[in-house]
Amino acid sequence: MSVENVIEVRGLQTRFGSHVVHDGLDLDVRRGEILGVVGGSGTGKSVLLRSIVGLNRPSAGSIRVFGMDLDELTGEAREALEQRWGVMFQDGALFSALNVRENVEVPLRAVPGLGDDRRRALAELKVAMAGLPRLANDKFPSDLSGGMRKRAGLARALALDPEIVFLDEPTAGLDPIGASAFDRLIVALRDTLNLSVFMVTHDLDTLHACCDRIAVLAEKRVLTTGTMAEMLKIDHPWVHEYFHGPRARAAQPLDEGKG
Amino acid sequence: MSSPDPNRAQLTRSDRDGTVALQGDLVVWTLPTLPDGAVPRLDLSGLSRLDTAGAWYLSRQQAAGATLSGLSERHAELLDTVAGAMTEPVPDPAPDMPRWRQMLDRAGRRVVSGLVFFRELAEYLGRFVAALLRALRHPSEFRLTSLVYHCQETGLRAVPIVTLMSFLIGVVLAFQGATQLRQFGAEVFVVDLIAIAVLRELGILLTAIIVAGRTASALTAAIGSMKMHEEIDAMRTLGMDPDMVLILPRVLALVLMLPILGLISDVAGLVGGAVMSWIELGISPAMFLARLSDVEASNALVGLVKAPVFALIIGVIGCHAGMKVGKDADSLGRQTSTAVVNAIFAVIIADALFSIFFSEVNL
Repeated sequence: MSVENVIEVRGLQTRFGSHVVHDGLDLDVRRGEILGVVGGSGTGKSVLLRSIVGLNRPSAGSIRVFGMDLDELTGEAREALEQRWGVMFQDGALFSALNVRENVEVPLRAVPGLGDDRRRALAELKVAMAGLPRLANDKFPSDLSGGMRKRAGLARALALDPEIVFLDEPTAGLDPIGASAFDRLIVALRDTLNLSVFMVTHDLDTLHACCDRIAVLAEKRVLTTGTMAEMLKIDHPWVHEYFHGPRARAAQPLDEGKG
Repeated sequence: MSSPDPNRAQLTRSDRDGTVALQGDLVVWTLPTLPDGAVPRLDLSGLSRLDTAGAWYLSRQQAAGATLSGLSERHAELLDTVAGAMTEPVPDPAPDMPRWRQMLDRAGRRVVSGLVFFRELAEYLGRFVAALLRALRHPSEFRLTSLVYHCQETGLRAVPIVTLMSFLIGVVLAFQGATQLRQFGAEVFVVDLIAIAVLRELGILLTAIIVAGRTASALTAAIGSMKMHEEIDAMRTLGMDPDMVLILPRVLALVLMLPILGLISDVAGLVGGAVMSWIELGISPAMFLARLSDVEASNALVGLVKAPVFALIIGVIGCHAGMKVGKDADSLGRQTSTAVVNAIFAVIIADALFSIFFSEVNL
């Protein structure tokens, strides 16, 4: 199977004033894979996500999504590209003045000629697919728990059936049952929709359960990428500590070695 | 799998003997081209791309009795997922109340919420007084630094705007009064006009309105954003009483500062009036002062005695609105503007009540 990179980051440098967050960072995301991005606090995981979706302007380097350079795109071409990805922010980032269904309808309004009834029905379908009960449709973000807000954020990110989904800490703050349901949901969506997923996470269970590859951010660049099994063999002190610490051992599934 | 531009998604539809053949991309972008009506048979062998919106369409057709053929394995899987998510039945909407009952219902709710508002204001006033008494009994619990800080914020920083506004009001009064009084040759009474209007009513009322705009909004925004971020809950768990920490210093600072601002405003208004009288009517400052000493001092007292009451109104309304802020940013903005409008409105009503009261007791 030929490997197609949906995202290619080359030589990325990000700086805020004199503070350099990334320097010479390279990263690939392949079509249909779930890539987990890990790293210590303040290593710029979320900044990397924001740079790829164009919220931060890198000071050097190139970011190509679907083979197109974001900086070179303007107007309609950029809009068309942005409709091919969905972003779920850490706390859902739902519009507080709209209820859940209306939030999911926002991206659907970009579809020309889509009637109100169909838009509503599609939004409710996305809400249901994100694992929210039907009653949640009419609720406002302030009435939802953190986990429900994340699911609603995912429903909005998936509204236009994007090819890439960016998830910022999707399982942080969820109870273990909710978190593993979220993991299963992401894998199921990837399998049925051939999604590529870029996931910033600290959750070792999630890394075990759904990530095909893991990229470790440290020393201002991607230190290493590889499968979970490969991660366990790396002897960089931070990586070793991360994947062999007490929490990591607890998270290792019993049937390790399937991949 | 290729990745065509979503806006260039193509779907062709051909109808033969009741069998509709769909070819190309059945995705959200091409969904609007499909009619709503049920189709008996769908041939999907030419489908290259299917997304959840397309699968939703197919599953609706399936539910309406259509037979699907030629679906690839991958697409069938997606269809199952979507159909599975749609199983939850649509609940029947609650039957609507008759119109007259809806109106009664709304009116009743409004009345009750209005009464609740007054009860809550009384509660916050009570909380302020209780905190004040507690601070008198246990002076160590009182936060002097906080009080001084809020005195500076609500008092000192409002001095320039209050001074300027009162000065201009004095100018306007002198100018308008002069034009009218000149018709009777009674220009010199402009001094009485300015003195009584500024000292009795305008000086303190306009100061209170400015402070209501500045401070009530600041109170609501500050307390409201603390409420939003659960800081007030954190305070409670740390054994700090929000009444002592937040409400007491803020409202007390207002009560202390508003009379002072009122006095500054009185002086500025008189100065403005004197300057304009001098320019417009040729009443020298010495003559202005001489006339001014004939005006009863009770006018100034009547004005300033209202200040602490206005301060309490502004402070209590501002703190109450801040505590009512919910968890969304929307309610913060709404409460802030409500607090300002309510505070200004309440100050004017209180002023009217004072006027009636003072005229009844012949002050």
